[in-house]
Amino acid sequence: MPILGRACLILALVACAYGIGAALYGARAGRREWADSGRRAVYAVALLLTVAFAVLELAFLRSDFSFATVATHSSTTTPGFYKGAAVWSSQEGSLLLWAWLLALWSSLVLFLTRHRMRDVAPYAAAVLLGFGAFFIGLLVFAASPFHVLAQAPAEGNGLNPLLRHPSMMIHPPMLYSGYTLFTVPFAFAVGALLARRVDAEWIRSTRRFALAAWFLLGIGILLGARWSYSELGWGGYWAWDPVENASLMPWLTGTAFLHSVMIQEKRGMLKVWNVSLVLATGVLAILGTFLVRSGILDSIHAFGASTLGKPFVAFIALLALGSVVLVVSRRELLRSEARLDSFLSREAMFLGNNLVLVGLCFVVFWGTFFPLISEALTGEKASVGPPWFDRYTVPLALMLVLLSGIGPVIAWRRATPANARRNFLVPVACALVCTAVLLPFGVATKPLSLAMFALAAFVLGTVGQELVRGVRARRAMASESAPVAAVQLVRRNRRRWGGYTIHVGMAVLFVGVAASSTFQHVRDAALVPGQTQRVDGYDVHYVRSFARVADDPDKTGAIMTLGAVLDVSKDGRHVGTLQPARNYYPGSPEDGPVGQFVSGDATSEIGLRAGLRKDFWVAMQPDNVWLQRAIAKANRRDPAKAPLWLAGIAIGYIKQPPPASFRIIASPLVTWIWLGGFIVIGGGLIALWPAPDPARRRVTATLRARVAQELGRA
Amino acid sequence: MDPARKRTVRLVSALTAALLLAGALIYTSFSASSPAKTPSQLASSAEAGRSYQLTGKVVPGYAHHGDTLDFRVRDRNGTASVPVRYTGTVPDPFRGGREVIVTVRKQGLVYVGERDSLVTKCPSKFSDSKKQT
Repeated sequence: MPILGRACLILALVACAYGIGAALYGARAGRREWADSGRRAVYAVALLLTVAFAVLELAFLRSDFSFATVATHSSTTTPGFYKGAAVWSSQEGSLLLWAWLLALWSSLVLFLTRHRMRDVAPYAAAVLLGFGAFFIGLLVFAASPFHVLAQAPAEGNGLNPLLRHPSMMIHPPMLYSGYTLFTVPFAFAVGALLARRVDAEWIRSTRRFALAAWFLLGIGILLGARWSYSELGWGGYWAWDPVENASLMPWLTGTAFLHSVMIQEKRGMLKVWNVSLVLATGVLAILGTFLVRSGILDSIHAFGASTLGKPFVAFIALLALGSVVLVVSRRELLRSEARLDSFLSREAMFLGNNLVLVGLCFVVFWGTFFPLISEALTGEKASVGPPWFDRYTVPLALMLVLLSGIGPVIAWRRATPANARRNFLVPVACALVCTAVLLPFGVATKPLSLAMFALAAFVLGTVGQELVRGVRARRAMASESAPVAAVQLVRRNRRRWGGYTIHVGMAVLFVGVAASSTFQHVRDAALVPGQTQRVDGYDVHYVRSFARVADDPDKTGAIMTLGAVLDVSKDGRHVGTLQPARNYYPGSPEDGPVGQFVSGDATSEIGLRAGLRKDFWVAMQPDNVWLQRAIAKANRRDPAKAPLWLAGIAIGYIKQPPPASFRIIASPLVTWIWLGGFIVIGGGLIALWPAPDPARRRVTATLRARVAQELGRA
Repeated sequence: MDPARKRTVRLVSALTAALLLAGALIYTSFSASSPAKTPSQLASSAEAGRSYQLTGKVVPGYAHHGDTLDFRVRDRNGTASVPVRYTGTVPDPFRGGREVIVTVRKQGLVYVGERDSLVTKCPSKFSDSKKQT
């Protein structure tokens, strides 16, 4: 089986090389059969990588420890549900997933455009195959997932327990889908520049792919935040870690691109800007992949021992340099067909939104790479923390929310005072009412948060106003009921209403971020059963301890669980019961007959009571010294009865629990973050959903009119 | 105003604003940063009271005293180590042999960790073998 996987990779690399040559020759010589052959090479690469990925996935599912990567990242005790996901927990497996997804998306876009853009598509195919060749080259020469061990171990190391979380099953594939999909508009932009076809056609052909990239990368980021909040035991969802930032940067420039392309499509403006944005997004996607694998920056997520840094640096330098050369050499072709008429226009707002998004990306880039920048400039590696990021990102986020409210309703070309009054009276009133309602609750002590709440109300006001106007207009024209009119309104212009829905979702999400980060209450306390800790007006009472051995309801592979039952009340009224716990996983036989069952990794299983108004989040840590002593004592007893001694430790913990350390966090509106995320996903789906064919729609409308006419006669 | 002149004025204003913002960004990043040091660098050059980002591997044999964690951090490739006293959230992956990053200040002979600043690298993505305290 490993031979089959390796052979597929080598053949895929050969197919890439052939495809690049064929596509470029076909494009340069005008030989369509060669260009088609280059495109078919992409399909062949996708097929070969599918087989290679299936071989590796099967090896994980069968716990075939003759594969080195299976032995180091899975085990027979890893629950079956997570064995499949363990493939992308390794460097090699995740690279293979990257290359496979790239090949699949490349095949899809080239299949969909096979009858269009005949001058651009071959160049795009060559660029996509170039990406493929780089990643497959890494898999063949530097990080093979099919490396075989001379002697297969009886048991593997197992999947890190922290990754045994449902969102971790889909978080990496979502991120990688986003990254790989961003290479599609990159490749078509390069193709358009090489073919000197810089009209909006390449944008129209790849817009859906850019939107899908943005959508999936966004879901990946959101899943990562949710995993951090519910699994990592620190109570936060974003830490400005370099690897988190790596995924955020292409998402920000991708967002800017999705907005600015509308100006090129509508008015033929911002061509240089759009091409530069999409090229930068493609480069940032590769940079994000590089950051996780190079180990050049200190991150909690990085593949620390990787040696892939140099090839990545060379590849990124080639992409960046090539992009700059291409844009500069084609600058005459990229001249705008129109000029900005006024700063009070939709174009100007979109431009402002782009500048803010690119500014945000620059801040994140600077802060992320600051250790390298400072080392290059001063000889001393230094880094900046979350307060530095917050200083810049908070005001920029405020501006972004404001512009997302103004942009959709301000007039194209030039807004008049009458137009502005008509469009902004209601939204401004919403913002003012929101401010007035919140002032008595002490929100004014945090002016930036208050501003965010008011601006979010402004955005909801603009979108709500547009919806009401649209529904009224449809009802007047077609005599539809309000719900039907609303559905028809969205159906008739999915792109626009998908965008509006996304704006609403982002506003809700930002409200959640502002409230939870500003008005959060955190308490650390060591408690024994019977004791109570007060947090944000709530009483958290430690009722009793509990323990489980070989009873793993979440199927994470934990051997032992030590936890606490907490009762949360306010003013004597019961609010909820929380059961934070700590899971213990198997270690190695060197840890002793009892220790081997529980001396591996340990994870916090948080107690969470989520609500629309407030989240109550609790993590607990049993006294480690007590546990180590209990294990050491049990290790000295009869090894044949080790499971019994382990059960004895659990019973001891229930009967006479030592003090446990608790972190209790009361955060308002955290749920709004996930709710906002869901609304954004809904908006993305609306925008992505294929619109009915315009020709068919015209025919249907004509037919309907004729039938109506006939019925009228009858 | 002449449209060409108007455009030039706009461009110069935008560039000036961008330069000012970039200047602020650069200045604040240098003034707000903490130097990253390995244990051996810290042992030889740390100044009392100054904040540093200590990076290295946890030496097996750490101890909890109440909510305080005492541990030593050694160089990634070496044996030089420094003692750290830390209070706050201890990440789940924290163990002997794992790579950590913690913001510390020198106080006497000990390096005191800033509350909740301890991060441990994700162990699934290391190629070294598993070893526990």
